[in-house]
Amino acid sequence: MSDKLLEIKNLSIHYFADKTVFKAVNGVNLSLERGQTVGLVGETGAGKTTTALGVMGLIPSPPGKVVSGEILFEGKDLLKMSASEMRKVRGKKISMIFQDPMTALNPVLTVGDQITEVIKLHEKCSSLEAAAKAKEMLEMVGIPAERFSEYPHQFSGGMKQRVVISIALACRPEVIIADEPTTALDVTIQAQVLELMTKLKKEIQTSMILITHDLGVVAEICDKVAIMYAGEIIEFGDLEAIYDNTAHPYTIRLFGAIPDLEKDVDRLEPIMGLMPDPSNLAPGCRFCPRCANRMPICETTPPPEVEVTPGHMVKCHLYKEGGLA
Amino acid sequence: MSTLLEVKNLKKYFKTPGGMLHAVDDVSFSINRGETLGVVGESGCGKSTLGRTVIHLLPKTSGQIIFDGEDISDVDDHKLKELRRDMQMIFQDPFSSLNPRMSISQIISEPLKIYHVCKNSKELDSRVTALMETVGLALRFRDAYPHELDGGRRQRVGIARALALDPKFIVCDEPVSALDVSIQAQILNLMQDLQKERGLTFIFITHDLSVVKHISDNISVMYLGNMVEKSPKKELFDNPLHPYTKALLSAIPQASIHRKKERILLEGEITSPINPKPGCRFAARCIYAQDRCREAAPPLEEMAPGHFCACYRAKELAQG
Ligand SMILES: Nc1ncnc2c1ncn2[C@@H]1O[C@H](COP(=O)(O)OP(=O)(O)OP(=O)(O)O)[C@@H](O)[C@H]1O
Ligand SMILES: Nc1ncnc2c1ncn2[C@@H]1O[C@H](COP(=O)(O)OP(=O)(O)O)[C@@H](O)[C@H]1O
Ligand code: SF4
Ligand code: SF4
Ligand SMILES: [Mg+2]
Ligand SMILES: [Mg+2]
Repeated sequence: MSDKLLEIKNLSIHYFADKTVFKAVNGVNLSLERGQTVGLVGETGAGKTTTALGVMGLIPSPPGKVVSGEILFEGKDLLKMSASEMRKVRGKKISMIFQDPMTALNPVLTVGDQITEVIKLHEKCSSLEAAAKAKEMLEMVGIPAERFSEYPHQFSGGMKQRVVISIALACRPEVIIADEPTTALDVTIQAQVLELMTKLKKEIQTSMILITHDLGVVAEICDKVAIMYAGEIIEFGDLEAIYDNTAHPYTIRLFGAIPDLEKDVDRLEPIMGLMPDPSNLAPGCRFCPRCANRMPICETTPPPEVEVTPGHMVKCHLYKEGGLA
Repeated sequence: MSTLLEVKNLKKYFKTPGGMLHAVDDVSFSINRGETLGVVGESGCGKSTLGRTVIHLLPKTSGQIIFDGEDISDVDDHKLKELRRDMQMIFQDPFSSLNPRMSISQIISEPLKIYHVCKNSKELDSRVTALMETVGLALRFRDAYPHELDGGRRQRVGIARALALDPKFIVCDEPVSALDVSIQAQILNLMQDLQKERGLTFIFITHDLSVVKHISDNISVMYLGNMVEKSPKKELFDNPLHPYTKALLSAIPQASIHRKKERILLEGEITSPINPKPGCRFAARCIYAQDRCREAAPPLEEMAPGHFCACYRAKELAQG
């Protein structure tokens, strides 16, 4: 039996504006096994958030539209579910943590009421029971229960993000999709939040897709890594594959562009050129205009997904099944 | 090596409804010509306020600023305008710091016009062209507007504007924080090249410790308005002395799977800078805190050549 809890197959999501089509997500395949944490890494505009919103059934439409694909969760295609079926999945079985805690919190409700509300929505219990559970959740994320009746603006950024995490965890979901949950936080607070997420993930046996642009955070808490560029997953594998046997030219250059704490270099090696424009993607390999290794075939033909070693997938003409082309 | 900037006991307080907010509290440091002082610390610890106060973008509460051998602590408008040629600033968000209704060439030429640097429009034109080339902006963007440019190019415009008057000193406030890593590296390289070519002196403010290590000569660590440690960068990373610096360095996630290090997790949150209690500002989160730490603030002392730290117990802790 496969342990695949969530399986995204050939997902494409485009935004249609006037006469332009923004191809935000293009043929993404990604699967998540029970208990696993998969890191989804990419720079701004790579399509990370759009992929997550797709899974949650929250693509703003118009202008957004899922143009192809399947999202199988416990064997059922989320894309074929009715709105009311999807509401039962969202929050209860799959919940999402957004980058900016303020967008997820209601400024005029106390944090305690907000957690209580989510619990009541998904579990049959009295208000009193729900409030008691909400206090437990607060304590679990390291906020004293006495602060139950305070408003979000009375909390610091790190505390707000912990409240958001406690809301996402309140119904003990099977899957958490965390979209840059620590990007807005300071490193010492980030360390606290990551530690907390890892601990809670173990306690309630949740699987997680962690969206980030930070390869340091991924190294710390993920099992598998997917590297996204221009709406495609161009490399996928376990930590060893991605960090020690990096294959795709973009991933290699991405590591090269980050200043390394342990190595002193005089100059960084930036990736030349600009981020791709999703309304005007290169016809062959999307990275071709910036790639130092490009060959004639790269300009015309999109590279297929190949497995260079078991479980290590790369989308690049330099490789074929089993290794270098 | 000569000192370009010396700051002594600088304070910047803000009046707020809750009381006096000590954004920068008794900070002293100096920077040598042609060097970069990196300033790191958590959000709200006073980095931007420090940078702005030093170059008189904000009026100081008290303290002394000596620039290029001259005491500029108190200056009139005329002197300030003169100083502005030598002291410039680059901002984090290149978008909100550029006037959306001005074209790129207008933005870059504005300081040149204000200071009547060029004799005629032809000379102005060639200065703008030269500046655009210096920062790697294609000339076809001359007549473009900021919203038509991507973040990396907008930051190049901000840099060109800061360079227009040929300053000696630039405060760079998180100049790459809003950029993607592949673009960030392009801008960091540009800034280093410009520094070498023009002998520029930088204060480089950031919360990214990998970036600050790459770009700085010396690094100072701020905590709640205080400078708690300052040291040559290598020494700071090899031998951090302040308990906060140690926690900060241990919390940096590294893009490698072979460097698992012992993490020092701090308890609690950064406390309020409004009417702070006497004593060490870090005491509430410090596992080494003792009674004396809560009584009076520890002074910034030189523990090793060039390595300053403000902690009563730093020496004792370093000896193990
Ligand atoms: N104009 C102002 N009026 C009142 N308080 C202010 C003002 N400007 C800054 N502060 C306060 O001064 C303190 C230091 O702020 P500052 O912007 O210098 O921090 P920072 O270190 O640059 O933070 P960040 O990393 O978030 O940019 C904060 O508590 C801030 O709220
Ligand atoms: N509501 C929207 N309307 C039009 N385009 C959008 C919308 N949301 C995202 N996009 C575009 O889709 C692409 C992918 O965006 P996003 O999924 O937010 O990327 P990421 O999260 O990786 O930064 C970007 O080019 C973005 O501008
Ligand atoms: S397919 Fe070609 S252009 Fe694309 S990453 Fe590989 S070598 Fe570079
Ligand atoms: S002075 Fe005391 S409280 Fe402050 S950092 Fe040192 S040991 Fe900790
Ligand atoms: Mg996003
Ligand atoms: Mg700031």
